[in-house]
Amino acid sequence: MKKEPVIQFEHFGFKYDAQIEPTLYDINLSVYPGEKILIAGPSGSGKSTLAHCINGLIPFSYYGDATGSLRLNGKETRDMSLFEISKTVGTVLQDSDAQFVGLTVAEDIAFALENDCVPHSEMLERVAEAAATVGVPSVLSHAPHELSGGQKQRVSLAGVIINDVQVLLFDEPLANLDPSTGKTAIELIDDIHRQTNAAVIIIEHRIEDVLHRDVDRIVIVNDGRIVADLPPNEILCSDVLKNCGLREPLYITALKYAGVQITPDMLPQHIEDIVLNENAKALVSDWFENTPPAEQPAKGPVMFQAEHIRFSYANGHEAIRDVSFTVHRGEIMCIIGQNGAGKSTFSKLICGFETPQEGTMLLEGTDISPLSIKERAEHIGYVMQDPNQMISKTMIREEVGLALELDGLPREEIDRIVNDTLKVCGLYPFRNWPVSALSFGQKKRVTVASILSMNPEIVILDEPTAGQDFRHYTEIMEFLLELNRKGVTIIMITHDMHLMLEYAPRAVVFTDGKILCDDTPANILTNPELVKAASLKETSLFTLAVRCGLSDPRQFVQRFIDYDRRVREK
Amino acid sequence: MTNLFNYIPKDSPVHKLTGATKLAALLLLSFASMTTFDTRFLAGITILTFIMFGVSKIRFREVKALLWFTFVFMVLNNLLIYLFEPEQGVMLYGARHEICRLFGRYTLTQEQLFYHLNVILKYLCMIPLVILFVSTTNPSEFAASLNRIGVNYKICYAVSLALRYIPDIQREYHDISISLQARGVEMTKKEKLFKRLKNIVTILFPLIITSMARIETVSNAMELRSFGKNKKRTWYEARPFLPADIAVIVVSALLLVLSISLNFVNGGRFYNPFV
Repeated sequence: MKKEPVIQFEHFGFKYDAQIEPTLYDINLSVYPGEKILIAGPSGSGKSTLAHCINGLIPFSYYGDATGSLRLNGKETRDMSLFEISKTVGTVLQDSDAQFVGLTVAEDIAFALENDCVPHSEMLERVAEAAATVGVPSVLSHAPHELSGGQKQRVSLAGVIINDVQVLLFDEPLANLDPSTGKTAIELIDDIHRQTNAAVIIIEHRIEDVLHRDVDRIVIVNDGRIVADLPPNEILCSDVLKNCGLREPLYITALKYAGVQITPDMLPQHIEDIVLNENAKALVSDWFENTPPAEQPAKGPVMFQAEHIRFSYANGHEAIRDVSFTVHRGEIMCIIGQNGAGKSTFSKLICGFETPQEGTMLLEGTDISPLSIKERAEHIGYVMQDPNQMISKTMIREEVGLALELDGLPREEIDRIVNDTLKVCGLYPFRNWPVSALSFGQKKRVTVASILSMNPEIVILDEPTAGQDFRHYTEIMEFLLELNRKGVTIIMITHDMHLMLEYAPRAVVFTDGKILCDDTPANILTNPELVKAASLKETSLFTLAVRCGLSDPRQFVQRFIDYDRRVREK
Repeated sequence: MTNLFNYIPKDSPVHKLTGATKLAALLLLSFASMTTFDTRFLAGITILTFIMFGVSKIRFREVKALLWFTFVFMVLNNLLIYLFEPEQGVMLYGARHEICRLFGRYTLTQEQLFYHLNVILKYLCMIPLVILFVSTTNPSEFAASLNRIGVNYKICYAVSLALRYIPDIQREYHDISISLQARGVEMTKKEKLFKRLKNIVTILFPLIITSMARIETVSNAMELRSFGKNKKRTWYEARPFLPADIAVIVVSALLLVLSISLNFVNGGRFYNPFV
């Protein structure tokens, strides 16, 4: 298929006006009509900048100096207008919530047509058609906040394909979706790709999840350069993912641990199709037999107990139905489940942000219902998902010491606690910096520090690693693990199956306001019925174990996790 | 969370009118009831708006908050008028029929009571009109109708977007406020007023930062879908003018003409039954 490329970068470089160093260097990349490619790279690698160059936000909304050439259908983009580019390239942005501009689904889908002055009758027809293509015909008159995360994404997609674009660009389509919705999203992208035959570009660092359906090429960006541009089967055989701080599919890592040599002709792109000969199976089996199981940490004494909690919102929606739940001292655990299953509501009840209609909550055997929000926060701290929502001071020291200041502690006392907390959080070198100078991950630490300064026994974190690449994910999680070793009990609310597998010995699954299951993550993710009921996703490790004919696939998952921890700790 | 300005979707003839019609009628009728103090006219308009209210199927309890707000305002307004100018009616109508003497310079006269009746009638005809407009007009259609009467569509869209994001920002404010309360920032009445105001500023900081990020995303999303490309745009929610729309506008315009001509008939803004 030697057609003309739709997108062609040649020795392209870009430097933002506000920065000294260029963000992109010498990019050479061609995308042909009908291709499907995945662009992956760690945070700050330049992959988002690359995306902005493709959809025209660079140079038309973000200013800077571009060098080299970037052509869209043979035409230099800098000579085009943003509107002209958006006729060819349709973008589905990461945060489908924030980009919803219409008050109803139908209006949002029609937005591009409205701006193009398409007559009303034609508009109605095309909106109905696009809605049917992405599978949301029945919600046309709904408001955006009435939709689920997956539906919102479908609506965003409909608003883009309505223009018959040649290129569909997806900016981190899996962020904010629960595992099973994410899987459906990848299937949807694939279906749309087949139907429209547009070139599809997916920007994402969750490689294993994207590879659920075929892609033609994977382009790896690191430090502003393209370091690999190969078919997935070849990328997976190399070490380029690991070297760039990206996460390999877990089954690939497991095979590598077992000493299996992975070659492109094994078709390693999907766990279902990978060719495993008897030799490979034997290696995996041997590895399994020879890897000792890690010791399970002993449970501490009961610290927190919730009994028969019920809660309904003012609008009558029954969010929590008779939930009982125990937390042990020094534990690290996850709360998982679909959006709207009640995980966040339940955490808010624990923190006293909402009051349950029924049930009791005991901390160390004492009823905490009479305590105010502030009094409870001295025992149970809550870290929100978005650090920007929590930070209200401009300087790091002030932010971390805010609660102490308001408590009226003496100056020296505040300084001492703030310094100690900053040291624990690895922020001491930055103690006199303004918050705005920090990266996202560092801001997250500041918010954790501001909670820790109150010395709570339990810390609840909402999606502690959302939007983070593998390296930053590991940094944040190792930091939390370190805190846990110092005696802080940690509860995390998450959609991230890797996080729960790797860091939590225990997980509680919420569905429909109830606890469906309370077990080890390895047991949960290897139970097909549970996985289905709670909209989770089976781990590829389990599939690998089954395919290798191992006697105890569950144990295999557990041993892999324990082994992987030991390898990474070195 | 109570939302003061809330579109309440229903199936009624008032909902079926286009936004442009309702906006025009609102402007014409408000102007008509502003220009005159003719009691008969105001009473007529009041009856008319209450009938429209009935037709619209909007229930009073659905707009309770707004009604209470204006009721309190109306009572306050009347009290203040009486406190500062107990002889206002006498002055206006040029006659004095005393009913009883209260204290000091405060007496109750028929003229004063009649004047207050006029003030109350003004509230009674205007407020239901405004409430009717906001609760029966879909905000996007409102944007489309502003555009139709000649306002630049970018401004119209800004209005519609603001309406779209009000609930989101309310929710965010609530979340931020709770997380700060957990750190000891007191927002309840326990704290002194000045301190409380200072604490509210503490919430505004993160709220502004997150809103700025949101604005960036939204404006990118809009530009990527050709917003601002042409001088004009079409509207998905736009609806054609029906005979009912034309009838409403014509009746409203005639009422305005009537109101203006009453000024000449009465020889001033007031209808005077006393002389």
